[in-house]
Amino acid sequence: MYDPTLVQPMRDETVAMGLEELTTIAEVDAVLANHSGTALVLVNSVCGCAAGTARPALKHALSHGVTPDRVYSVFAGMDTEATQRARSYFGEDFQPSSPSMALLHDGGVVMMLHRHMIEGRSVEDISADLTAAFDKHCGTTV
Amino acid sequence: MSGHVFHPGHHELHGITVVVETSGDTTYVGRFDREDDEQAYLKDVGVHRAGSQSWEEYLDRTMLYGVKVDHRDLVVPRSEIVRIRKLTEVGN
Repeated sequence: MYDPTLVQPMRDETVAMGLEELTTIAEVDAVLANHSGTALVLVNSVCGCAAGTARPALKHALSHGVTPDRVYSVFAGMDTEATQRARSYFGEDFQPSSPSMALLHDGGVVMMLHRHMIEGRSVEDISADLTAAFDKHCGTTV
Repeated sequence: MSGHVFHPGHHELHGITVVVETSGDTTYVGRFDREDDEQAYLKDVGVHRAGSQSWEEYLDRTMLYGVKVDHRDLVVPRSEIVRIRKLTEVGN
């Protein structure tokens, strides 16, 4: 586990973006059990190699016209139990990685942005992947 | 805070998920950490061996579901390495 004081700015960054931080199993269950609609869960990480672009990419994507109903974050390597619990809602086929982002619709994963899809890429490219998923899965059906 | 890296001075592939092809029947998929004159050091590594699941099936599943980790840390002798490429270059 990292020094909490070093990690706090990374937590603050996601909260400032409008994400609700989930730090306990109970908090995760409260929002993801029987969830309807769309939700994005950021599995946050201290790793600057990937998280350093993941967070600003998500921030950029959330300024898009179409976004998930709710956006949450859990912090891998810090809030271990909450992270494991959140991953349990992604389904057992998805392998854990951090940072990563899961877009859920009515409780099922419709898009997973794994770490390997984040690392080494630009903020703009990652954001484009996210907004494409938002357009596909989060738009209003009429 | 964005872009902050805890490990400056790292190898250009540090933190990147790579495919390590070897001269044997084994291919590794994992996060490149570092290398020296003798060895490459990988983290969270999946292993594919020829003769089991096809490489194409393994790769497709890895791209969709992520790397299924067989070894948290793995050291590969450089003498066995044929090629190292980013997973996204191989899988796309």
